[in-house]
Amino acid sequence: MKTITVRYFALFREQAGVDEETLSLEATTAADVFEHTKDRHGSSEPAGHCKVAINDEMADWSSPVEDGDTVLLFPPVAGG
Amino acid sequence: MIRMTTDPIDPDALRRELFDPAAGGYCAFEGWVRNENEGHEVLRLEYEGYEPVAIAEGEKILAEAAGKFPSLHAHCVHRTGMLEIGDCAVWVGVASAHRDEAFKACRYIIDELKHRLPIWKKEHYTNGDSGWVNCERCAEHAHGG
Repeated sequence: MKTITVRYFALFREQAGVDEETLSLEATTAADVFEHTKDRHGSSEPAGHCKVAINDEMADWSSPVEDGDTVLLFPPVAGG
Repeated sequence: MIRMTTDPIDPDALRRELFDPAAGGYCAFEGWVRNENEGHEVLRLEYEGYEPVAIAEGEKILAEAAGKFPSLHAHCVHRTGMLEIGDCAVWVGVASAHRDEAFKACRYIIDELKHRLPIWKKEHYTNGDSGWVNCERCAEHAHGG
């Protein structure tokens, strides 16, 4: 089990009802964390439309997560 | 230089920051809040951004633009918070020796930042609904689909 802090933004924050939460979960990659939170909060947004950062660095869904990491889940962006 | 602000964007002041005696051309893009999107009448837009990553990713985009289209100065400012119709949401300005690099760098920067920066906008519609732009689930909800 790893302790991962997950931060939610925009749509994901509204779905989760919190800005962030700390979870204990089995996760190897950022994608594992995302899937876990989707199940937890009933989100249906495909990962391919979303982005992820780990400890404030942009990452890929295949990026490994370590115990104590902060994973930032970004729903589809719409700047400009 | 890229920065985010909740204050109104002042394009004239930003333009002056780019003045350079070696610059023969200047190109800017302003993104404005529009009153309609996909058939829905929009009252206002609410922008949210995550600044630490947006600034880092924005600096990468500016560096990429500088590598592809060498210019003298390239700046970008993105606004967050509640914006009204006609407000400037994003400004990109490039000064370069010749116009071609200024046009191309400006285009590259705005195109990339729209797809890469962690910035979101929620449309508030005249019918009282609202929805996050580009999110399928909220679009379905907001549009009754």
